[in-house]
Amino acid sequence: MWSRRVQRTLALLAALAAAFLLTCADTALAPEDQAAARLVARLRLTDLCLFTEARYTRHPSQADLHSPFQDHPLALEHFPSGSLLTPPIPHARLADPAASAD
Amino acid sequence: MPAWLTRQQALIDFTLASLARRKLKNLGLLLVYTLIVFLLASVMLFGHALRREAAAVLKDSPEVIIQRMVAGRHDLIPPGYLDRLGHIRGVQSQQGRLWGYYYDPVVKANYTVMVPGPDAASPVATGRVVVGAAMARARGLAPGNLISLRAYSGRLFSFTVADVLDHDSELVSADLVLMTEADFRAFFEITAGHYTDIVLSVANPQEVRNVAAKISAALPDSRPILRDEVLRTYESVFNWREGIVLVLLAGALLAFAIFAWEKASGLSAEEKREIGILKAIGWETGDVLKMKFWEGALVSLTAFLLGYVAAYLHVFHFASALFEPVLKGWAVLYPRFELTPAVDGLQVATLFFFTVFPYTVATTVPIWRAAITDPDAAMRG
Repeated sequence: MWSRRVQRTLALLAALAAAFLLTCADTALAPEDQAAARLVARLRLTDLCLFTEARYTRHPSQADLHSPFQDHPLALEHFPSGSLLTPPIPHARLADPAASAD
Repeated sequence: MPAWLTRQQALIDFTLASLARRKLKNLGLLLVYTLIVFLLASVMLFGHALRREAAAVLKDSPEVIIQRMVAGRHDLIPPGYLDRLGHIRGVQSQQGRLWGYYYDPVVKANYTVMVPGPDAASPVATGRVVVGAAMARARGLAPGNLISLRAYSGRLFSFTVADVLDHDSELVSADLVLMTEADFRAFFEITAGHYTDIVLSVANPQEVRNVAAKISAALPDSRPILRDEVLRTYESVFNWREGIVLVLLAGALLAFAIFAWEKASGLSAEEKREIGILKAIGWETGDVLKMKFWEGALVSLTAFLLGYVAAYLHVFHFASALFEPVLKGWAVLYPRFELTPAVDGLQVATLFFFTVFPYTVATTVPIWRAAITDPDAAMRG
Protein backbone atom coordinates (compact mmCIF):
# COMPACT_ATOMS: atom_id res chain seq x y z
CA MET A 1 0.00 0.00 0.00
CA TRP A 2 1.41 3.36 -1.02
CA SER A 3 1.53 5.93 1.76
CA ARG A 4 -0.41 9.16 1.21
CA ARG A 5 2.86 11.16 1.10
CA VAL A 6 4.24 9.00 -1.69
CA GLN A 7 0.94 9.08 -3.56
CA ARG A 8 0.87 12.91 -3.44
CA THR A 9 4.47 13.21 -4.61
CA LEU A 10 4.00 10.74 -7.45
CA ALA A 11 0.80 12.52 -8.48
CA LEU A 12 2.70 15.84 -8.59
CA LEU A 13 5.48 14.30 -10.67
CA ALA A 14 2.94 12.63 -12.98
CA ALA A 15 1.16 15.99 -13.45
CA LEU A 16 4.46 17.70 -14.26
CA ALA A 17 5.45 14.92 -16.66
CA ALA A 18 2.03 15.24 -18.35
CA ALA A 19 2.56 19.01 -18.66
CA PHE A 20 5.98 18.30 -20.23
CA LEU A 21 4.38 15.90 -22.72
CA LEU A 22 1.71 18.51 -23.45
CA THR A 23 4.44 21.00 -24.41
CA CYS A 24 5.78 18.38 -26.86
CA ALA A 25 2.29 17.91 -28.32
CA ASP A 26 1.81 21.69 -28.50
CA THR A 27 5.05 21.98 -30.51
CA ALA A 28 4.10 19.15 -32.84
CA LEU A 29 0.61 20.50 -33.50
CA ALA A 30 1.55 24.19 -33.79
CA PRO A 31 0.56 25.52 -37.23
CA GLU A 32 3.30 27.22 -39.24
CA ASP A 33 2.62 30.95 -39.35
CA GLN A 34 2.43 31.72 -43.06
CA ALA A 35 1.37 35.39 -42.92
CA ALA A 36 4.87 36.80 -42.39
CA ALA A 37 6.42 34.44 -44.98
CA ARG A 38 3.79 35.44 -47.56
CA LEU A 39 4.47 39.13 -46.93
CA VAL A 40 8.23 38.56 -47.29
CA ALA A 41 7.66 36.97 -50.69
CA ARG A 42 5.13 39.62 -51.79
CA LEU A 43 7.13 42.68 -50.75
CA ARG A 44 10.58 41.15 -51.34
CA LEU A 45 11.66 41.78 -47.73
CA THR A 46 15.02 40.71 -46.39
CA ASP A 47 15.02 41.24 -42.63
CA LEU A 48 13.11 40.83 -39.39
CA CYS A 49 11.88 44.06 -37.84
CA LEU A 50 13.42 43.66 -34.38
CA PHE A 51 15.44 46.88 -33.87
CA THR A 52 14.44 49.97 -35.79
CA GLU A 53 16.83 52.55 -34.36
CA ALA A 54 19.70 52.22 -36.85
CA ARG A 55 19.92 50.91 -40.39
CA TYR A 56 22.47 48.24 -39.49
CA THR A 57 20.15 46.91 -36.76
CA ARG A 58 16.95 47.20 -38.82
CA HIS A 59 18.47 45.46 -41.84
CA PRO A 60 21.52 43.56 -40.55
CA SER A 61 21.71 41.41 -43.68
CA GLN A 62 21.94 44.51 -45.89
CA ALA A 63 24.42 46.46 -43.78
CA ASP A 64 28.05 46.89 -44.72
CA LEU A 65 30.91 46.49 -42.27
CA HIS A 66 31.33 50.25 -41.91
CA SER A 67 27.76 51.16 -41.07
CA PRO A 68 28.06 50.99 -37.25
CA PHE A 69 30.95 53.48 -37.51
CA GLN A 70 29.26 55.81 -39.93
CA ASP A 71 30.20 59.18 -38.44
CA HIS A 72 33.97 58.92 -38.68
CA PRO A 73 36.47 56.07 -38.78
CA LEU A 74 37.04 55.87 -35.02
CA ALA A 75 33.43 56.59 -34.01
CA LEU A 76 31.95 54.34 -31.39
CA GLU A 77 28.60 53.01 -32.41
CA HIS A 78 25.95 54.45 -30.19
CA PHE A 79 22.86 52.27 -30.27
CA PRO A 80 22.40 49.79 -27.41
CA SER A 81 20.96 47.09 -29.63
CA GLY A 82 24.33 47.08 -31.41
CA SER A 83 25.54 45.10 -28.39
CA LEU A 84 22.80 42.53 -28.94
CA LEU A 85 23.52 42.10 -32.63
CA THR A 86 26.57 40.45 -34.02
CA PRO A 87 28.69 42.68 -36.29
CA PRO A 88 27.73 42.30 -39.98
CA ILE A 89 29.37 39.13 -41.21
CA PRO A 90 31.59 39.51 -44.26
CA HIS A 91 29.76 38.43 -47.38
CA ALA A 92 31.24 35.82 -49.66
CA ARG A 93 34.08 37.02 -51.83
CA LEU A 94 32.70 36.05 -55.14
CA ALA A 95 34.95 37.22 -57.88
CA ASP A 96 38.07 38.75 -56.52
CA PRO A 97 39.54 37.20 -53.36
CA ALA A 98 41.66 40.31 -52.89
CA ALA A 99 38.61 42.56 -52.79
CA SER A 100 37.39 43.93 -49.48
CA ALA A 101 34.94 41.73 -47.60
CA ASP A 102 32.07 44.07 -48.36
CA MET B 1 3.38 -5.84 -5.06
CA PRO B 2 6.93 -7.05 -5.86
CA ALA B 3 9.41 -6.82 -2.99
CA TRP B 4 11.70 -4.45 -4.97
CA LEU B 5 8.88 -1.98 -5.56
CA THR B 6 7.78 -2.11 -1.93
CA ARG B 7 11.35 -1.41 -0.89
CA GLN B 8 11.62 1.61 -3.22
CA GLN B 9 8.26 2.90 -2.01
CA ALA B 10 9.43 2.68 1.59
CA LEU B 11 12.68 4.45 0.69
CA ILE B 12 10.82 7.25 -1.11
CA ASP B 13 8.46 7.58 1.83
CA PHE B 14 11.38 7.86 4.22
CA THR B 15 13.14 10.36 1.90
CA LEU B 16 10.04 12.55 1.74
CA ALA B 17 9.71 12.52 5.51
CA SER B 18 13.39 13.45 5.77
CA LEU B 19 12.92 16.33 3.31
CA ALA B 20 9.83 17.51 5.17
CA ARG B 21 11.84 17.79 8.39
CA ARG B 22 13.92 20.56 6.74
CA LYS B 23 11.00 21.95 4.82
CA LEU B 24 12.08 25.61 4.52
CA LYS B 25 15.63 24.84 3.42
CA ASN B 26 14.50 22.29 0.83
CA LEU B 27 11.70 24.48 -0.52
CA GLY B 28 14.20 27.33 -0.89
CA LEU B 29 16.54 25.03 -2.79
CA LEU B 30 13.70 23.82 -5.03
CA LEU B 31 12.69 27.43 -5.78
CA VAL B 32 16.20 28.57 -6.72
CA TYR B 33 16.80 25.39 -8.70
CA THR B 34 13.51 25.83 -10.60
CA LEU B 35 14.34 29.49 -11.31
CA ILE B 36 17.73 28.58 -12.77
CA VAL B 37 16.20 25.89 -15.02
CA PHE B 38 13.49 28.39 -16.01
CA LEU B 39 16.02 31.04 -17.04
CA LEU B 40 18.26 28.62 -18.94
CA ALA B 41 15.33 26.94 -20.68
CA SER B 42 13.77 30.32 -21.58
CA VAL B 43 16.98 31.53 -23.26
CA MET B 44 17.39 28.21 -25.03
CA LEU B 45 13.79 27.98 -26.26
CA PHE B 46 13.67 31.65 -27.28
CA GLY B 47 16.93 31.48 -29.22
CA HIS B 48 15.97 28.29 -31.03
CA ALA B 49 12.43 29.48 -31.85
CA LEU B 50 13.73 32.81 -33.21
CA ARG B 51 16.27 31.02 -35.40
CA ARG B 52 13.56 28.69 -36.72
CA GLU B 53 11.16 31.60 -37.24
CA ALA B 54 13.77 33.64 -39.12
CA ALA B 55 14.60 30.68 -41.37
CA ALA B 56 10.91 29.94 -42.04
CA VAL B 57 9.92 33.55 -42.64
CA LEU B 58 12.89 34.51 -44.80
CA LYS B 59 12.98 31.35 -46.93
CA ASP B 60 11.21 33.24 -49.75
CA SER B 61 13.24 36.45 -49.48
CA PRO B 62 14.89 37.59 -52.74
CA GLU B 63 17.37 35.12 -54.21
CA VAL B 64 20.02 37.77 -54.89
CA ILE B 65 20.11 41.47 -54.01
CA ILE B 66 22.51 43.77 -55.79
CA GLN B 67 23.63 46.88 -53.96
CA ARG B 68 25.94 49.55 -55.29
CA MET B 69 28.77 50.69 -53.04
CA VAL B 70 30.37 54.14 -53.23
CA ALA B 71 33.26 54.87 -50.85
CA GLY B 72 32.29 51.88 -48.72
CA ARG B 73 28.69 52.95 -48.41
CA HIS B 74 25.47 51.78 -49.94
CA ASP B 75 24.42 54.11 -52.78
CA LEU B 76 21.56 54.37 -55.27
CA ILE B 77 21.61 52.19 -58.38
CA PRO B 78 22.01 54.51 -61.40
CA PRO B 79 20.08 54.06 -64.67
CA GLY B 80 21.47 51.40 -66.99
CA TYR B 81 22.40 48.83 -64.33
CA LEU B 82 19.12 46.94 -64.69
CA ASP B 83 19.69 46.49 -68.43
CA ARG B 84 23.28 45.39 -67.96
CA LEU B 85 22.21 42.79 -65.42
CA GLY B 86 19.61 41.48 -67.87
CA HIS B 87 22.40 40.59 -70.29
CA ILE B 88 24.20 38.34 -67.83
CA ARG B 89 23.60 34.70 -68.64
CA GLY B 90 21.63 32.88 -65.94
CA VAL B 91 19.68 35.91 -64.72
CA GLN B 92 15.99 35.10 -65.07
CA SER B 93 14.47 38.41 -63.98
CA GLN B 94 15.65 41.65 -62.43
CA GLN B 95 13.64 44.35 -60.72
CA GLY B 96 14.63 47.56 -58.97
CA ARG B 97 13.52 47.99 -55.36
CA LEU B 98 12.72 51.36 -53.86
CA TRP B 99 12.94 51.65 -50.11
CA GLY B 100 14.45 53.94 -47.53
CA TYR B 101 14.24 55.18 -43.98
CA TYR B 102 12.21 58.03 -42.59
CA TYR B 103 12.68 59.45 -39.08
CA ASP B 104 9.38 60.61 -37.64
CA PRO B 105 10.08 63.33 -35.05
CA VAL B 106 6.48 63.08 -33.74
CA VAL B 107 7.02 59.67 -32.14
CA LYS B 108 10.84 59.66 -32.45
CA ALA B 109 10.77 56.46 -34.48
CA ASN B 110 12.30 55.26 -37.73
CA TYR B 111 10.04 53.87 -40.43
CA THR B 112 11.00 51.76 -43.42
CA VAL B 113 9.30 53.35 -46.43
CA MET B 114 8.89 50.98 -49.32
CA VAL B 115 7.31 50.55 -52.73
CA PRO B 116 5.59 47.16 -53.14
CA GLY B 117 6.76 45.24 -56.20
CA PRO B 118 4.76 45.47 -59.43
CA ASP B 119 3.40 41.95 -58.92
CA ALA B 120 2.28 42.59 -55.32
CA ALA B 121 -1.26 41.28 -54.80
CA SER B 122 -2.76 44.54 -53.49
CA PRO B 123 -0.85 47.56 -54.74
CA VAL B 124 -1.39 50.91 -53.05
CA ALA B 125 -2.94 53.89 -54.83
CA THR B 126 -1.42 57.34 -55.27
CA GLY B 127 -1.80 59.51 -52.16
CA ARG B 128 -2.51 56.46 -50.01
CA VAL B 129 -0.25 54.40 -47.77
CA VAL B 130 -0.44 51.02 -46.09
CA VAL B 131 1.28 50.99 -42.70
CA GLY B 132 2.68 48.36 -40.34
CA ALA B 133 0.79 47.48 -37.15
CA ALA B 134 3.42 48.86 -34.71
CA MET B 135 3.62 52.13 -36.63
CA ALA B 136 -0.19 52.40 -36.59
CA ARG B 137 -0.14 51.88 -32.82
CA ALA B 138 2.61 54.48 -32.30
CA ARG B 139 0.78 57.13 -34.34
CA GLY B 140 -2.74 56.04 -33.38
CA LEU B 141 -3.68 55.38 -37.03
CA ALA B 142 -6.61 53.49 -38.50
CA PRO B 143 -7.72 53.00 -42.13
CA GLY B 144 -9.14 56.28 -43.48
CA ASN B 145 -6.97 58.54 -41.26
CA LEU B 146 -4.69 61.18 -42.72
CA ILE B 147 -0.99 61.23 -41.91
CA SER B 148 1.32 64.15 -42.67
CA LEU B 149 5.03 63.54 -43.09
CA ARG B 150 7.62 66.26 -43.68
CA ALA B 151 10.03 65.10 -46.36
CA TYR B 152 13.80 65.60 -46.07
CA SER B 153 13.36 68.44 -48.60
CA GLY B 154 11.12 70.28 -46.12
CA ARG B 155 7.89 69.78 -48.11
CA LEU B 156 4.88 68.46 -46.24
CA PHE B 157 3.14 65.40 -47.71
CA SER B 158 -0.28 64.12 -46.62
CA PHE B 159 -1.31 60.53 -47.17
CA THR B 160 -4.51 58.64 -46.44
CA VAL B 161 -4.03 55.38 -44.58
CA ALA B 162 -5.57 52.79 -46.90
CA ASP B 163 -4.92 49.82 -44.66
CA VAL B 164 -2.93 48.51 -41.70
CA LEU B 165 -0.84 45.40 -42.33
CA ASP B 166 -1.91 42.20 -40.62
CA HIS B 167 -0.80 41.79 -37.00
CA ASP B 168 0.32 38.22 -37.79
CA SER B 169 3.10 39.52 -40.01
CA GLU B 170 4.36 42.11 -37.53
CA LEU B 171 7.72 40.39 -37.11
CA VAL B 172 8.68 41.59 -40.60
CA SER B 173 6.35 44.53 -41.11
CA ALA B 174 6.04 46.47 -37.83
CA ASP B 175 7.60 49.70 -39.15
CA LEU B 176 6.67 49.53 -42.84
CA VAL B 177 5.05 52.36 -44.79
CA LEU B 178 4.06 51.21 -48.29
CA MET B 179 3.41 53.83 -50.97
CA THR B 180 3.36 54.07 -54.76
CA GLU B 181 6.52 54.54 -56.79
CA ALA B 182 5.44 58.07 -57.82
CA ASP B 183 4.81 59.09 -54.19
CA PHE B 184 8.10 57.55 -53.09
CA ARG B 185 10.12 59.37 -55.76
CA ALA B 186 8.40 62.67 -54.95
CA PHE B 187 8.80 62.19 -51.19
CA PHE B 188 12.51 61.32 -51.26
CA GLU B 189 13.26 63.29 -54.46
CA ILE B 190 14.72 60.29 -56.26
CA THR B 191 14.73 60.77 -60.00
CA ALA B 192 13.29 58.19 -62.38
CA GLY B 193 15.62 55.32 -63.28
CA HIS B 194 17.36 55.28 -59.90
CA TYR B 195 16.69 52.48 -57.44
CA THR B 196 17.75 51.59 -53.89
CA ASP B 197 18.87 48.14 -54.94
CA ILE B 198 18.01 45.38 -57.39
CA VAL B 199 16.48 41.96 -56.76
CA LEU B 200 17.38 39.13 -59.08
CA SER B 201 16.08 35.68 -59.62
CA VAL B 202 18.35 33.07 -61.11
CA ALA B 203 17.08 30.36 -63.48
CA ASN B 204 19.09 27.55 -61.92
CA PRO B 205 19.37 27.67 -58.11
CA GLN B 206 22.67 25.73 -58.34
CA GLU B 207 24.14 28.61 -60.35
CA VAL B 208 23.39 31.43 -57.88
CA ARG B 209 27.01 31.77 -56.76
CA ASN B 210 28.35 31.71 -60.32
CA VAL B 211 25.85 34.35 -61.44
CA ALA B 212 26.77 36.53 -58.44
CA ALA B 213 30.46 36.16 -59.35
CA LYS B 214 29.69 37.19 -62.94
CA ILE B 215 27.81 40.25 -61.66
CA SER B 216 30.74 41.21 -59.42
CA ALA B 217 33.03 40.99 -62.44
CA ALA B 218 30.70 42.93 -64.76
CA LEU B 219 29.79 45.62 -62.20
CA PRO B 220 32.78 45.91 -59.84
CA ASP B 221 31.10 48.55 -57.63
CA SER B 222 28.19 46.19 -56.92
CA ARG B 223 27.77 43.98 -53.91
CA PRO B 224 25.63 40.87 -54.37
CA ILE B 225 23.89 39.55 -51.24
CA LEU B 226 22.61 35.99 -51.57
CA ARG B 227 19.61 34.57 -49.76
CA ASP B 228 21.92 32.04 -48.08
CA GLU B 229 23.90 34.92 -46.62
CA VAL B 230 20.74 36.57 -45.28
CA LEU B 231 19.78 33.32 -43.56
CA ARG B 232 23.33 32.87 -42.27
CA THR B 233 23.26 36.40 -40.85
CA TYR B 234 20.17 35.56 -38.82
CA GLU B 235 21.61 32.27 -37.65
CA SER B 236 24.66 34.09 -36.28
CA VAL B 237 22.64 37.02 -34.89
CA PHE B 238 20.66 34.75 -32.61
CA ASN B 239 23.62 32.58 -31.66
CA TRP B 240 25.40 35.74 -30.57
CA ARG B 241 22.40 37.01 -28.63
CA GLU B 242 21.83 33.68 -26.90
CA GLY B 243 25.54 33.62 -26.02
CA ILE B 244 25.42 37.12 -24.52
CA VAL B 245 22.43 36.27 -22.33
CA LEU B 246 24.12 33.06 -21.20
CA VAL B 247 27.28 34.99 -20.29
CA LEU B 248 25.14 37.36 -18.21
CA LEU B 249 23.53 34.34 -16.58
CA ALA B 250 26.90 32.72 -15.87
CA GLY B 251 27.25 34.55 -12.54
CA ALA B 252 23.86 33.29 -11.38
CA LEU B 253 24.73 29.79 -12.58
CA LEU B 254 28.00 29.73 -10.67
CA ALA B 255 26.24 30.98 -7.52
CA PHE B 256 23.71 28.17 -7.91
CA ALA B 257 26.45 25.59 -8.51
CA ILE B 258 28.17 26.64 -5.27
CA PHE B 259 24.86 26.65 -3.40
CA ALA B 260 23.82 23.24 -4.70
CA TRP B 261 27.25 21.74 -4.11
CA GLU B 262 27.31 23.10 -0.58
CA LYS B 263 23.80 21.85 0.10
CA ALA B 264 24.36 18.48 -1.51
CA SER B 265 27.89 17.64 -0.48
CA GLY B 266 28.40 19.32 2.88
CA LEU B 267 26.60 17.02 5.24
CA SER B 268 25.30 18.65 8.37
CA ALA B 269 25.97 17.05 11.75
CA GLU B 270 22.26 16.22 11.90
CA GLU B 271 22.40 14.35 8.59
CA LYS B 272 25.53 12.46 9.67
CA ARG B 273 23.83 11.44 12.89
CA GLU B 274 20.78 10.32 10.91
CA ILE B 275 22.94 8.10 8.70
CA GLY B 276 24.70 6.70 11.78
CA ILE B 277 21.36 5.82 13.37
CA LEU B 278 20.08 4.21 10.17
CA LYS B 279 23.21 2.08 9.94
CA ALA B 280 22.99 1.18 13.64
CA ILE B 281 19.39 -0.05 13.28
CA GLY B 282 20.34 -2.30 10.41
CA TRP B 283 20.21 -0.28 7.17
CA GLU B 284 22.77 -1.33 4.63
CA THR B 285 25.08 1.13 2.88
CA GLY B 286 23.17 0.43 -0.35
CA ASP B 287 19.87 1.44 1.25
CA VAL B 288 21.30 4.73 2.52
CA LEU B 289 22.67 5.46 -0.94
CA LYS B 290 19.35 4.64 -2.60
CA MET B 291 17.53 6.88 -0.13
CA LYS B 292 19.83 9.79 -0.98
CA PHE B 293 19.61 9.02 -4.67
CA TRP B 294 15.84 9.36 -4.43
CA GLU B 295 16.26 12.65 -2.60
CA GLY B 296 18.49 14.10 -5.36
CA ALA B 297 16.35 12.66 -8.14
CA LEU B 298 13.05 13.91 -6.71
CA VAL B 299 14.33 17.45 -6.08
CA SER B 300 16.13 17.82 -9.40
CA LEU B 301 13.42 16.17 -11.50
CA THR B 302 10.71 18.35 -9.94
CA ALA B 303 12.83 21.49 -10.48
CA PHE B 304 13.58 20.52 -14.09
CA LEU B 305 9.97 19.77 -15.03
CA LEU B 306 8.60 22.85 -13.24
CA GLY B 307 11.28 25.15 -14.67
CA TYR B 308 10.98 23.79 -18.22
CA VAL B 309 7.18 23.92 -18.37
CA ALA B 310 7.20 27.48 -16.94
CA ALA B 311 9.84 28.52 -19.52
CA TYR B 312 7.79 27.00 -22.36
CA LEU B 313 4.69 28.92 -21.27
CA HIS B 314 6.75 32.11 -20.85
CA VAL B 315 8.31 31.96 -24.30
CA PHE B 316 5.44 30.62 -26.41
CA HIS B 317 2.28 31.72 -24.60
CA PHE B 318 3.32 34.91 -22.77
CA ALA B 319 5.41 36.39 -25.63
CA SER B 320 8.72 36.18 -23.68
CA ALA B 321 7.59 39.06 -21.46
CA LEU B 322 10.76 38.95 -19.34
CA PHE B 323 13.08 39.33 -22.34
CA GLU B 324 11.10 42.09 -24.01
CA PRO B 325 12.82 45.02 -22.24
CA VAL B 326 16.25 43.63 -23.22
CA LEU B 327 15.28 43.05 -26.83
CA LYS B 328 13.48 46.33 -27.26
CA GLY B 329 16.64 48.39 -26.85
CA TRP B 330 15.87 51.97 -27.73
CA ALA B 331 13.30 51.10 -30.33
CA VAL B 332 10.05 53.03 -30.17
CA LEU B 333 8.48 50.57 -32.58
CA TYR B 334 8.69 47.01 -31.44
CA PRO B 335 6.75 44.20 -33.06
CA ARG B 336 4.31 42.22 -30.97
CA PHE B 337 4.86 38.69 -32.12
CA GLU B 338 4.23 35.23 -30.85
CA LEU B 339 6.80 32.66 -31.79
CA THR B 340 5.69 29.39 -33.32
CA PRO B 341 6.56 26.70 -30.76
CA ALA B 342 9.75 24.94 -31.83
CA VAL B 343 11.86 22.77 -29.56
CA ASP B 344 15.21 21.15 -30.24
CA GLY B 345 15.14 17.72 -28.55
CA LEU B 346 18.93 17.63 -28.24
CA GLN B 347 18.95 20.97 -26.42
CA VAL B 348 16.27 19.76 -23.98
CA ALA B 349 18.25 16.55 -23.38
CA THR B 350 21.42 18.61 -22.77
CA LEU B 351 19.58 20.87 -20.33
CA PHE B 352 18.19 17.80 -18.54
CA PHE B 353 21.62 16.20 -18.32
CA PHE B 354 23.35 19.32 -17.03
CA THR B 355 20.72 20.18 -14.44
CA VAL B 356 19.49 16.83 -13.10
CA PHE B 357 22.60 14.66 -13.31
CA PRO B 358 25.17 16.84 -11.43
CA TYR B 359 22.84 17.46 -8.52
CA THR B 360 21.94 13.79 -8.13
CA VAL B 361 25.63 12.82 -8.18
CA ALA B 362 26.55 15.65 -5.79
CA THR B 363 23.95 14.34 -3.36
CA THR B 364 25.00 10.72 -3.55
CA VAL B 365 28.83 10.85 -3.40
CA PRO B 366 29.29 12.46 0.07
CA ILE B 367 26.59 10.21 1.48
CA TRP B 368 28.49 7.20 0.21
CA ARG B 369 31.54 8.46 2.11
CA ALA B 370 29.51 8.91 5.31
CA ALA B 371 27.67 5.62 4.83
CA ILE B 372 30.82 3.48 4.68
CA THR B 373 32.14 4.84 7.99
CA ASP B 374 31.46 3.15 11.29
CA PRO B 375 27.93 3.96 12.64
CA ASP B 376 29.37 4.94 16.01
CA ALA B 377 31.83 7.39 14.42
CA ALA B 378 29.09 8.77 12.13
CA MET B 379 26.73 9.35 15.08
CA ARG B 380 29.44 11.13 17.05
CA GLY B 381 30.01 13.39 14.01
